[in-house]
Amino acid sequence: MAQRTLPGADAAALRKRDTFSKGLLTENPVLRQMLGLCPMLAVSTAVSNGVGMGVATTFVLVCSGVAVSLLRNVIPSSVRIPAFITIIASFVTLVMMAVEAYLPALDEALGIYLPLIVVNCIVLGRAEVFASKHSPGQAALDGLGMGLGFTGALVLMSAVRELLGAGTLLGVQVLPTFVEPMLVMVTPAGGFAVLGLLIALSVWFEQRGARTSDERFDAMAQEGEAETGQGAPAEAPAGGQANMQEDSPCAACPLPCGNANLTPTAATSGSDRRGA
Amino acid sequence: MAAYAAILFSMILVNNFVLVKFLGICPFLGVSKRLDSAAGMGAAVTLVMVLATAVAWPTQQVLDAWGLGYLQTIAFIIVIATLVQLLEMVLKRFLPPLYDSLGVYLPLITTNCAVLGVAILSIDEGYTYPEALVAALGAGLGFLLAMVLFSGVRRRVEEADPPQVFRGMPITLIAAAIVALSFMGFSGVVDNLFGM
Repeated sequence: MAQRTLPGADAAALRKRDTFSKGLLTENPVLRQMLGLCPMLAVSTAVSNGVGMGVATTFVLVCSGVAVSLLRNVIPSSVRIPAFITIIASFVTLVMMAVEAYLPALDEALGIYLPLIVVNCIVLGRAEVFASKHSPGQAALDGLGMGLGFTGALVLMSAVRELLGAGTLLGVQVLPTFVEPMLVMVTPAGGFAVLGLLIALSVWFEQRGARTSDERFDAMAQEGEAETGQGAPAEAPAGGQANMQEDSPCAACPLPCGNANLTPTAATSGSDRRGA
Repeated sequence: MAAYAAILFSMILVNNFVLVKFLGICPFLGVSKRLDSAAGMGAAVTLVMVLATAVAWPTQQVLDAWGLGYLQTIAFIIVIATLVQLLEMVLKRFLPPLYDSLGVYLPLITTNCAVLGVAILSIDEGYTYPEALVAALGAGLGFLLAMVLFSGVRRRVEEADPPQVFRGMPITLIAAAIVALSFMGFSGVVDNLFGM
């Protein structure tokens, strides 16, 4: 799609679209970056919970992205993480109050995981990696894309678990009643297994895509060159899939909670010692 | 006493933070490759969980007294972040050996959902102060147990040769599913042991 050289306006439009759409697939926070796995596993027992959690997280992502972006020149970099957390916590509190007031059933179902959006790596990660370096508009687009990517993955996973575990979708009986529901799917064990299978599936799709359309990656590489300076470190189109298999879940996470500085050494020295 | 023991063991086994409540998944998957780092992370989380609850529970009473209960999330996350920072400085100054073994994990813990989770949980459950502390200890020990057990499983998984698309995260998650399955076996244990 980006085979010709782009005039400035087109490039800007393309970049805008990319800011939004990368969160949906190529940099999907859950299936690609392995962030936000706690809520993903915990609330995906029913589609309604998944949608609720996804929308709440998206709201927090967009609002905190805009707020962080507006304040990006005011917050000293040494205290930026506490400042970001406080901003995020404020929006999470807003969401909690709204959900409690208008959707008490959802509040009941999400329980402790609603306040825990505060410590969702995706939210803090986007604040640190993207919003603190870009304009409010871009931050909002990025937050929306990432939020919808998270919601999509969450709804997909909860659909699988609800369908197999209870035979229903959004509470409506879908499977014929003589099919015994696989109760294990709604248990924690089922959560881990379904997420593992979904990630394997997304790797499989990506590998198939990589084999059949090399031109697409060439085009993406060109785009990448066109927009130098839009430096989210996770942007490595062709290498993304290879990274994902080697890296630890938190490797993409820029936060203090990220184990990026722990796991590489742990991995190498661990395998060295193992032989002895 | 039995009530405390019941809380402790139900937090360790039945409501295991990682394998049942899905809190602290990031360190569970990220730092479990090696036994010593898994144990270190688990010990650090246990310590911070108990201290965070020790501070967060009174904070909640203060908030409630002023009718500011809705500030819980903001207050807790700030209190925990401050606490972790202080703890790091105190350990560094007064207990260097402990700092050497746990210090590297402390900065990683501030944004760990298990720590905030245990603080909020003890309020939601309406625990008294001692009960909340015991629950935090149980949650931490449960986390430690899961980390240590899983680091053993992980070693075998790393040496295995799964289909290519399953390498890395997917097979690790499926191994975690099997460990979680084994923890489901504990679900009736505490009820029967303590006649709750």
